[in-house]
Amino acid sequence: MTGPATIFDRPNRYIGTAEPRADAARLLQGRGRFVDDIQLPRMVHAAFLRSPHAHARIVSLDVAAARAMPGVAAVWTGAEMAAHVTPWVGVLTHLAGLRSPPQPALAVDVVRWQGEPVAMVVAATRAEAEDAVERIEADYDPLPAAVRMEEALSPDAPVIHPEFGSNLAWERRVETGDMAAAMAQPGVTVVERTFRFGRHTGVTLEPRATVMDYDPAEDRLTMHYSGQAPHMMQVVLSRHLGLPEENIRVISNDVGGSFGIKIHTYGDEIAVGAAARLLRRPVKFVADRMESFMTDIHARDHVVTGRIGVHADGRIAGLEIDDLTGIGPFSMYPRTSAIECNQVLNLTGAPYRMEAYRARGRVVFQNKNMMCQYRAVGHPIAMAVADGLLDEAGRALGMDPVVIRQRNLIADDAYPTTSASGMKLDDLSHQKTLAKLVEVMGYEALRADQAAARARGVHRGIGILSMVEVTNPSPMFYGIGGAPIASQDGATVRLDAGGALHISSSVTEQGQGTNAILAQIAAGVFGVDIGRVKVTTGDTATVPYGGGTWASRGAGIGGEAMLLAAHALKEQVLEVAGVMLQAGVESLDIRAGKIVDEATGAERMGLADLARTVYYRGNELPADLKPELVATRHYRVSDMPFVFTNGAMGAYVEVDTDTGFTKVLGFWAVEDCGRVINPMLVDEQVRGGVVQGIGGALYEECLYDDQGQLLNTTMADYLVPMAAEMPDIVVAHVETPTKTSILGAKGAGEAGTGGAPGAILNAVNDALAPLGASVWQMPITPERVLRALGVVAD
Amino acid sequence: MKAAEFGYLRPGRMEEALQALAAGEGAAMPLAGGQSLMPMMNFRVAMPETLVDLAALAELRGIHDAGERVVIGAMTRWSELMASGLIAAEVPLLARALPEIAHPAIRNRGTIGGSVALADPAAEVPAVLLALAGVVVLRSLAGERRVAAGDFFLGHYETARAADELIVALEVPKARGLRHGFHEIGRRHGDFALAGAALAVAVEGARVMEARIALFGVADRALRATGAEAALRGAVLGDGTALDRAVAALAEIDFAGDIHASAPMRRHLAGVALRRAWAEGVA
Repeated sequence: MTGPATIFDRPNRYIGTAEPRADAARLLQGRGRFVDDIQLPRMVHAAFLRSPHAHARIVSLDVAAARAMPGVAAVWTGAEMAAHVTPWVGVLTHLAGLRSPPQPALAVDVVRWQGEPVAMVVAATRAEAEDAVERIEADYDPLPAAVRMEEALSPDAPVIHPEFGSNLAWERRVETGDMAAAMAQPGVTVVERTFRFGRHTGVTLEPRATVMDYDPAEDRLTMHYSGQAPHMMQVVLSRHLGLPEENIRVISNDVGGSFGIKIHTYGDEIAVGAAARLLRRPVKFVADRMESFMTDIHARDHVVTGRIGVHADGRIAGLEIDDLTGIGPFSMYPRTSAIECNQVLNLTGAPYRMEAYRARGRVVFQNKNMMCQYRAVGHPIAMAVADGLLDEAGRALGMDPVVIRQRNLIADDAYPTTSASGMKLDDLSHQKTLAKLVEVMGYEALRADQAAARARGVHRGIGILSMVEVTNPSPMFYGIGGAPIASQDGATVRLDAGGALHISSSVTEQGQGTNAILAQIAAGVFGVDIGRVKVTTGDTATVPYGGGTWASRGAGIGGEAMLLAAHALKEQVLEVAGVMLQAGVESLDIRAGKIVDEATGAERMGLADLARTVYYRGNELPADLKPELVATRHYRVSDMPFVFTNGAMGAYVEVDTDTGFTKVLGFWAVEDCGRVINPMLVDEQVRGGVVQGIGGALYEECLYDDQGQLLNTTMADYLVPMAAEMPDIVVAHVETPTKTSILGAKGAGEAGTGGAPGAILNAVNDALAPLGASVWQMPITPERVLRALGVVAD
Repeated sequence: MKAAEFGYLRPGRMEEALQALAAGEGAAMPLAGGQSLMPMMNFRVAMPETLVDLAALAELRGIHDAGERVVIGAMTRWSELMASGLIAAEVPLLARALPEIAHPAIRNRGTIGGSVALADPAAEVPAVLLALAGVVVLRSLAGERRVAAGDFFLGHYETARAADELIVALEVPKARGLRHGFHEIGRRHGDFALAGAALAVAVEGARVMEARIALFGVADRALRATGAEAALRGAVLGDGTALDRAVAALAEIDFAGDIHASAPMRRHLAGVALRRAWAEGVA
C-alpha cells in the first residue's frame, strides 16, 4: 500500500517522537476514572458464594437465612440465575473439533472448579453482601477431581463432562516435510527435552470490575467495564441477557491494566447485568484480590516434549513438539481456550528454516480455574521450546548460541516467505536484530566477564533468543470462526469551530498509551498542535465500531484507521479552504493549525477562521459547496492473516548455587515493530512485557494441591516480579515497516512477555551447563535449581 | 474481602486498654500497626468482637536507654527504630535486621510489639530477640510480668501472652563486646524469609566463648539452634570444621515445608544462612 509521501516528514510531525501522554498527568493527579470510582444513586453491591471444591455435586443450597440478612436486596442461586442468563459455549468453527459444553453464569447442580460462582448476593454494601454470603448453607457431595493435566486423559481419570467420554477438548496436528527422513540423515544430532510451564495469571492493578446500570424506561443496560473489547461485550450481553444490542451501552474509561485478563466472559459479571435488570438498580461488582487469583483466567499450563535434529554445521534438520495444555473445566467464551495451544503449534520454530516440522497439540479439561489468552498468547512456550532446544543442540555440537542462530534464521532478504508451520511471513529482520543485539549487549565482553566470574566460582550465564510475534490480526484470528469480535477498527476525526480536533476510535486504552498515539497520528497527519486534539475511546454509544485492544493491534490497526481518517479530513478541509481562498487545493497545506501556502509555508487562514465560517456563516460560502468537517475511516488487515514482528533478546544472569537463586544482571531487547509511533511508549511496552516475562520465568505460579485447591491467593504467596529484583532493560529497535498499511506500524505490546522467558531459561542453563545440570521447568524457582544441581533432595 | 462486623475502642489510658482486653474474655484483640491483623480480618481469619486500638497510648512508644538494657516501647514503629541512633549504637543486630523487614510503607505502620505478639515463624525480630536474650514485658490488670524471649515463642503463631495481656515493651541487653551476624534468604526483597539466621557470639581472643544462633522462617516458630551452638562453643575462629559441624547439627530441627520451599530445601537454606551470617559478622 502506498500513501502520501509527506505524512512522516511534515513540519509538525508527531509520529516517531517521544510525546508525553496526556493521560499521565491526569492519572498522577488522582483524576483517573476507574470502575470502582463510579457511585450511582441507589447502587447496590454484589458478592458471590464460590465453590470450595474443585469438583462436587451441589446437594442443596439454602439461601433463606442470607435473604433475611441486613441490607440484602436479593439472592440468586445458580439455578435461579439460569432463568435470566442463557449459557454460552466457548467454541469456534475454525478450530475444528473443539468442544466445550454449555456454561451457566453461576454453577447449576455441579461445581467444576474451586472458585466457581455458586450463588450471588446483592446488598447495600459489599460488606453486608459478604456477611450474607456466609449465611448461605451449601451442601456439596465431593466428586473425584481431574487436576493434573498429565493424568486428565488417562482411562481412569474422572471425566468432567461425561457426555464427551473423555477430558480431551481439542487436538490439532501440523506436519511439514518428512520428519523421519530428516532426522535419520547421516550426521544429524538429535536432542530431546521436556519443558514444563506453570500456570500464572495477569495480576492487574485494578481488578475485574463492573457497574451495571439498567434503565427500564428505555429498556437500556449500561455496563461500566474495566476491559478491552466494549463492542464484543455489547454482543455478549445482548445474546445472554436477551436485550437488543443497541439497547446495551458499554463504557470503558480508565482501565488499570488488563493483559488479556479482561477480554473474556466471566459468569459473575454477566450475572451482575441480570441482577441490575431484575432489581432495576445499579449493581457494582469489584473482584477482590482473592477472587482475582481464583477466577481471573490463568495462563500457560503446558507440558511440551520437543525434539530437534541438527546437522554438524548447526542447520536444523527437523523440529518436533508434542504440547499438552490444561484449560480448566470449560473453554472460555467467546475466544476459546484453544488459541493458546494453536499459537504454540503455529509459532514454534517460526524464526528458523528447517527441513521438517511436526507438532501435536492436545487441550484437556481439568478441575482448575479456566486458562485462556493472556499477554503473548502461546509465544513464551513456542519461543522457549524452540530456542531452548536450539541451545541444547548447540551445546551438543559445541557451537555458540549466536552462531547456531545465524545458521538457521530466515534471511532478511527472503521475504515474503512461509514458516514451517505454514504462517505467511513478510517484512521481518531476524539477521539485523540479532546482529544489533550482539552489539548492544556487548556479547563478547559478557562472555569474557562470564569466564572471569567462573574462575572465581561465580556462575553466570548468557541467554539469547530470536522470536516472532503475532500482531495486527486479520479476521482469520476470531471472526472467521464465528466470534463476535471485530478485526477492523474505525476512527473519526472532527474539526470543531475553535480549530481543535475531536477524535474517537474503537481501540481502547488500558494504561499503555493508546490515546496518546492516536492523538499523535491525528495531529501529525492532519496538521494541528497535539494539545488541540481531544481523544474519546471506550464507549459503544459514541465511538466507531471495532474490536478494541488485543493481540497487539491497537497501534497497527486503530492507528492506521486514524491515519486514514485524519488524511481524509485534511483533504476535505483543504477543499473548503481552496474555495474560500480561491486557490488550488494542491497549493495548500495544513500546518500547526493553519492553512498555509504549500510551497512557502506562508499563512493563508487559521483553521478556526475556516471552521467558524463553515459552522456560523455558511451564507458566505457558495451554495454548491457542501463542507464536511468530519471524516471516519475503517481499516482491517486484508493481505495477510497476521502481521508478524520479530525481535532478539538477551539475558545475563547469575545463579547462586548455594541458594538456587537466579539474579538477572542485565536484559536487552531488540525489537522490530515496524514504524515506531512513540519510542518512549514502545520502550515502556517492551520493558513491561519483559518484566512480565521474567515473572513467568522466575516467580509466578498458581499452585494447586492434588484436590484442586489453589494454594496461593494473596500477593504475599503469589510472587510477582518487583522493581528491586528487576535488571536494567535496554531496548533497541530495527524498523522494518509493514507493507500492509501506510503507517507501517506492527504491534509491540507482547514481544517482551513472549521472548523473555526463553532468554532467561537459556541463560540459566548456560550458567548451569559447566556443572552438568539443567532446568526445563518454569518458573525456575530456587528449589528447582538446587534439585537440578543435586544439592537438595527428598 | 471485607472484615466481619467488629467493635472498636481507642483508649487514651493504659488502664482502659487492659480493662477492655479483660472484658473481652478472649474476643478482644489489641490493634498495633495492623499490618497483619487487618488483612487477617479482611480474610475473616481473625474475627475479633472488639479491636482495642493502642495508637493513643503514648507510654507504649519510644526507645529508652536503661543502663545495661535498651527498652523499646511495644508501639514503636519499624521506621522509628531505623532512625534511632541508640538502636544503631547499642543493638546493632536489630539495626541490621530492620531493613530486611517488609517495605517502607509497611515499616511506617508496623510495630515491634505487634510483630512479637503475632509470632509469625518467618518474622525477623523474634529471632533477633532470641539471639540477644531479650525480654518481653507483659501487663494485665493483675500486674506486670517479664518473660524471656526463649520462653515466649511457643509454636505456630502461639506465644506466652494471655488474651488479657498486652505487650508493653521489649528489653534488650546492650551488645557489649558481642559479634553479630544476620542473613536472610527471601525470594524478593521484603518477602518473608525462606530461611534466616541471627547470631550473637562472644569471642575471646580467637576462641568462641558462646554462640547464640536463632533461626527464622524454617520451622513453626523462631528458635535457637542449640546443637549448632554447642558445635561452635569453644571453636577457634577460622576453623571451618566447627562451622561444618554446626550446620550438620541443624538436622535436629523439625523443618517445615510449604509452597515456597520444601522441608529439605529449608534445611539446606538454614545452613547457608548460618554460614553467611557467620561470615558476615563473626569469622
